Amino acid sequence: MKNSSTVAAVSTPVAAGGIGVIRISGSEAIDIAAKVFRPGGKKNINEMKGYTAAHGTVYDGDKAIDEAVLLVFRAPHSYTGEDVAEISCHGGVYVVGRVLRAILNAGAQPAAPGEFTKRAFLNGKLDLTKAEAVMSLISAQGEQSAGAAMSALEGALSSKILAAAQTLITDSAYLAAWVDYPDDEIEEISTEKLLADYTEVLSQLENLLSNYDAGRAVTQGVDTVIAGKPNVGKSTLMNYLAGFKRSIVTDIAGTTRDVVEDTVRLGNVVLHLADTAGIRETGNEVEKIGVDFAVGRVERASLVLAVFDLSREFDDEDKAVIELCKNKCAVAIINKDDLDPKFDKTQLDCFRHQVIISAKDGTGADKLAHAVEEALGTDSIDTSAALLANERQRQCCEKAAECLREAIEALRMNITLDAVTVSTEGAITELLTMTGEKANEAVVNEVFSRFCVGK
Amino acid sequence: MKYFAEKLDIAVIGAGHAGIEAALAAARLGCKTIIFAINLDSVGNMPCNPSIGGTSKGHLVREIDALGGEMGIAADKNTLQTRMLNTGKGPAVHSLRAQIDRRGYCAYMKNVIENQQNLQLKQAEIVSLTRDEDGLWHLLTRLEAEYTAKCVILATGTFLGGRIFVGDISYDSGPDGMFPATELAQSLKNLGVQLRRFKTGTPPRLNRNSIDFSVMEPQYGDEHKVPFSFGFDGEIVNSEACYVTYTNDRTKQIILDNLHRSPLYGGKIDGVGPRYCPSIEDKIVRFAEKERHQLFVEPCGADTQEMYLQGLSSSLPEDVQLEFLHTIPGLEKAQVMRTAYAIEYDCVDPLSLRSSLEFRDFDGLYGAGQFNGSSGYEEAAAQGLVAGINAARKIKGKEPVILDRAGSYIGTLIDDLVTKGCTDPYRMMTSRSEYRLLLRQDNADRRLTPLGREIGLISDERWESFNKKLELIEQEAERVRKVVIHPSDKLNEMLVSRETSALNIGVRMIELLRRPQVSYADLAEFDTERPDLPYEVFEQVEISIKYEGYLKRQEAQVAEMRRLEVRKLPEDIDYSKIVGLRLEAIEKLNKVRPENIGQASRISGVSPADISVLLIRLQGE
Repeated sequence: MKNSSTVAAVSTPVAAGGIGVIRISGSEAIDIAAKVFRPGGKKNINEMKGYTAAHGTVYDGDKAIDEAVLLVFRAPHSYTGEDVAEISCHGGVYVVGRVLRAILNAGAQPAAPGEFTKRAFLNGKLDLTKAEAVMSLISAQGEQSAGAAMSALEGALSSKILAAAQTLITDSAYLAAWVDYPDDEIEEISTEKLLADYTEVLSQLENLLSNYDAGRAVTQGVDTVIAGKPNVGKSTLMNYLAGFKRSIVTDIAGTTRDVVEDTVRLGNVVLHLADTAGIRETGNEVEKIGVDFAVGRVERASLVLAVFDLSREFDDEDKAVIELCKNKCAVAIINKDDLDPKFDKTQLDCFRHQVIISAKDGTGADKLAHAVEEALGTDSIDTSAALLANERQRQCCEKAAECLREAIEALRMNITLDAVTVSTEGAITELLTMTGEKANEAVVNEVFSRFCVGK
Repeated sequence: MKYFAEKLDIAVIGAGHAGIEAALAAARLGCKTIIFAINLDSVGNMPCNPSIGGTSKGHLVREIDALGGEMGIAADKNTLQTRMLNTGKGPAVHSLRAQIDRRGYCAYMKNVIENQQNLQLKQAEIVSLTRDEDGLWHLLTRLEAEYTAKCVILATGTFLGGRIFVGDISYDSGPDGMFPATELAQSLKNLGVQLRRFKTGTPPRLNRNSIDFSVMEPQYGDEHKVPFSFGFDGEIVNSEACYVTYTNDRTKQIILDNLHRSPLYGGKIDGVGPRYCPSIEDKIVRFAEKERHQLFVEPCGADTQEMYLQGLSSSLPEDVQLEFLHTIPGLEKAQVMRTAYAIEYDCVDPLSLRSSLEFRDFDGLYGAGQFNGSSGYEEAAAQGLVAGINAARKIKGKEPVILDRAGSYIGTLIDDLVTKGCTDPYRMMTSRSEYRLLLRQDNADRRLTPLGREIGLISDERWESFNKKLELIEQEAERVRKVVIHPSDKLNEMLVSRETSALNIGVRMIELLRRPQVSYADLAEFDTERPDLPYEVFEQVEISIKYEGYLKRQEAQVAEMRRLEVRKLPEDIDYSKIVGLRLEAIEKLNKVRPENIGQASRISGVSPADISVLLIRLQGE
């Protein structure tokens, strides 16, 4: 199938790395590449064969952005099955972003999440198993393939899920027989038994879900925000974590006004870090925008690293930061261990996880890593236990858990069983999604195999 | 010698429950219609059991009635005993069942047909069905009369290729001693219709005078009698009782000792029997640990001594039947008037039908009832009604009426049949409907009567009374929202006795009704200005308040389901050409040829990933 538009996107993780790759796919991919990429020597990009490379410079209009390598793939011999150009440039969020912008300016459309895989699949380039896995991810969260380690665990997982479903199917079949064959001698199943079964299955599902969140932190990373009042050393911490200087570091409060993105590994987790402007009341318009933005980031983040300055007195601005961290997964980092302590640490008792470091000297890194693992629950993660392998499975489990909570609530409120079973069957349907079986069929089959009913 | 008899719009083959509804609907919608029966004394016969309704089947009857079908009224006019089953298990699973005067029912139906404008009733066996180059159907009777019709509805029940088995004896026969249709099956095969064999059976009929009822437990009808039909204004009388008795160890032993003489276990029957209505020998083998099996003795009619023995269907030899029958308390001296038998018959794989019940490959040919692989009078009548309506609409150049799963049990039944197919005779069950909180028997009229009116099967009189009822429901719902109930010692005493909290200040009545423990009736004496309204009106108001949250959730699920239902799939897609579908999905999709994405998603063997593939493919086009 031919798709009319040519699309482009960054196809390596948006992170500080060695190189970043921007992929362009579609019938005009090579033309567009030729507009932004000027090869060294006399090479003509439009004449390049598949599987060949060229060295050169990426331009946005007349402005050179970066030195890069261009790889050309000719249809159908490419990932997507279409003409593909891949530009490998120097890593780093900024440069990669500029190159992508140049390509979009040259006429490519931004690729939707999963677009390359979708095209690959439509052009018959993906095998069935892979397509299954990827298709499920497209709707869920974009183009990330579940890791190999994860898929190995998928078998263990589905048996857990199916076992949970079976308990519910058995109960529902019992209730179905009781309802559909009122003349047959089928005793009523007690509310206590149903409650016990539903609660047990619910706790199994909740277990899987919490394991999933921890597992995700390990494999896919956690959105993390570094927050704190101005000049507590947030940027120093960021740079220290990232291993090289990214934010502009000065002694003037309010220097960092953008939210800077980076991805780092700390202990066994991957953190997608955002450094933020210092949180304080400010009269400066530009800085105020930065502060509002920072507050918004903290609200959305999965992990907050709240930074405090050991060398200064606790003040209202620190208090505001503590307030912001309420109900968040947060680690309090008391920085500047290298200076004289003046900070009242008892003010931070509301943080379950605290650590004292000196970002400047690089001390306390292990303690920080451990505190983060603890906060995210990855310190005790059992990787051999069943893990939900992808977002779709997580959603199914989540929905099933939701249905069960409804069923439990209905039972407790003495709602008639016809309403309860509808919720339970909703849970069964979600759990059976992986096998494609439908709840009402499963229940009906179970009725006939278990009960001696009928004339 | 063959002669030309008549040119018709619609011909219905078979005058059982499916054929009757099909023919009446077609004629009432203005089509010149004929209905053929092998024996005119068996129009609307009940050869299987003497009752109509039951769990989920009661829903079907009320839906048929709400759409303008005949079954509900016919049952109401011939009821011997009526019971609402499952009261106390929640309104979604309440089901009406009535014991029926069998002869009275047949006579009533025959009379309705005889007096229906546009409709002829003809005793004849159809031996051949062919189609000419203009697409006109030609039907030939045993006596060589040729009829032509634009549409034909096959409602052949167990007559088609019927064969009866009792022990090692077997012979070609229709049900209840009727002649079978022996040649039509071959004619259908010649057309290219693929047939298969299903099996069903019926228990013995006993003479009432030979039964000792004193050792059995009687079961009487309900005091509060609810008719099937929303338009029935006559009186229902519970004139008869049913009785309960049980099998025992000796019964079991006799059956086990003679199992080798069963045609089923002896391998003589090829047909697939229904899982839900196993013969007694089946039950004893499959559920060996069960000590006893419950039996019901039910009346077959008002003016006969024949009694039906529910739970004792069998195809063992007659002598064995008598031997084990006489071990049962109260039946020691029972005289058998009709021996139990198994019957095998030809039917079609319903996957070859569309949701309109028209054959996908044969323009103007429809199937209904047992011919489509279902079982049960109610299931048959429901399909007959839909096939009749759609055949008439085809002739009038209108789009078919497709009932969906979210709107009715009839829609669920047909969708299951044409989407999932069936490997044994299909019986309706409440657990088959995922939207059962919405699809209750009490609101069948609200769900379907507007559609019935639009189709043209609801009379002005019925329509007016329906709208009047809606109005009353609305007024009462409004009143309940406004009226304040004030606390009093008596009220609080009642509330506490229902294990719910007492009132300190007055609250709106709707708040009290939301409590699961408090019923409309409980509040009667505290709701001083309550108008004098029919029970059906209060019932609607009460259910909509009590289950409001659940009903809303189901409505949301329905909206979600209908979203996929509108994504049409072209009928001529070659699924094997679609890259990315799994092999099993390709096979199933090519076989079922679903009409839309929603239907595709319900096919077993089609995974959510396959559905993504189809969605992307549709998007791509």
